Amino acid sequence: MVIYGVGILAACMLAGVILGDLLGQLIGVKANVGGVGIAMLLLIWAVTVSGFNKLLEPPTAAGINFWSAMYIPIVIAMAAKQNVVAAVSSGWLAIVAGVAAVAISFAMIPMLSRLAGKSEDLS
Amino acid sequence: MTTIVALLEKNALITAFVVVALILGFSNWLAARLFRGQIHGSAIAITLGLILAYWGGLTAGGSKGLADVSLFSGLGVLGGAMFRDFAIVATAFGAEMDALKRAGWVGALSVVLGVVLSFVIGAVVAIAFGFTDAVSISTIGAGAATYIVGPVTGTALGADSAVIALSVAAGLVKAILVMVATPLVAKRIGLNNPQSALIYGGLMGTTSGVAAGLAATDPKLVPYGAMTATFYTGVGCLLAPSVLYLSVIPLQGLL
Repeated sequence: MVIYGVGILAACMLAGVILGDLLGQLIGVKANVGGVGIAMLLLIWAVTVSGFNKLLEPPTAAGINFWSAMYIPIVIAMAAKQNVVAAVSSGWLAIVAGVAAVAISFAMIPMLSRLAGKSEDLS
Repeated sequence: MTTIVALLEKNALITAFVVVALILGFSNWLAARLFRGQIHGSAIAITLGLILAYWGGLTAGGSKGLADVSLFSGLGVLGGAMFRDFAIVATAFGAEMDALKRAGWVGALSVVLGVVLSFVIGAVVAIAFGFTDAVSISTIGAGAATYIVGPVTGTALGADSAVIALSVAAGLVKAILVMVATPLVAKRIGLNNPQSALIYGGLMGTTSGVAAGLAATDPKLVPYGAMTATFYTGVGCLLAPSVLYLSVIPLQGLL
């Protein structure tokens, strides 16, 4: 049933968010630490490793695939609710800081990729 | 007419579905006709969304872009953190555990490096603009990480509210730029495989920026980038008000 898929997905997310919050409290941070990331790992684990596999019959999988397919529309809605006015009219300091952080971070990606590639060759 | 508007406002989330479908449909049409497939339809749609958010912000004067225009308030729900995170988790369905394991350490490294790098850049810019106290410098540095790390750090350190607002603005600029620029630079930075997506998520860190940037580049890479990005804000909130702030204090005397 479709709702099983949605239910598994929702349960993974809630468990992940709770664990992420606990992790935050554990290290004394006022933020959720990787809750969504943990939820993703739980979902991957639930559908591959454990005995849940038979839950992945087509209608159940459809409940997860639907939300996966809704990802781009949701992201578009998210873009439409950003505080663009504040970002654009915030003055040069914020703009320079934001642009510099993005530009330099982009430049680091090929370097780190090469580093990761090399270590893989060694092992 | 007023009844129709009232009904659309009453069914805000449903209205949002139609609005997003129209934006995406128009964008895909533009992508095929005007750009001949050179630019992803979703990249155009996200940019269009940001333009509409700017218009909405000017019109309604709130902080939630187009969602502050009451007819479009459903966009605030559909595009809010709850549905965003739910959809991100769903994208993990089909991600490969092996790819995650293989690049696990470099993913973790990229998160820490990303936080430190953005903090340093933000701090340097703050100093260049004339800030000399460690609290303000650290708050703005934290804002260059994400618009959540900035205010969390600023509040923890007792920063001035104007400085906190600046840190949020820096984070917003970063998030929006990541959304728009990622598909444009993807090829040049080799963003075309799970490993580089993990690194990208860790270095950029802004969940909304990464989510939209990858959606516009290659939706298959979303789970990898999102995975590391979701740890970034937590790590930033951990490092910025502590180790990173402490390392700014000795610099204060030199300024």
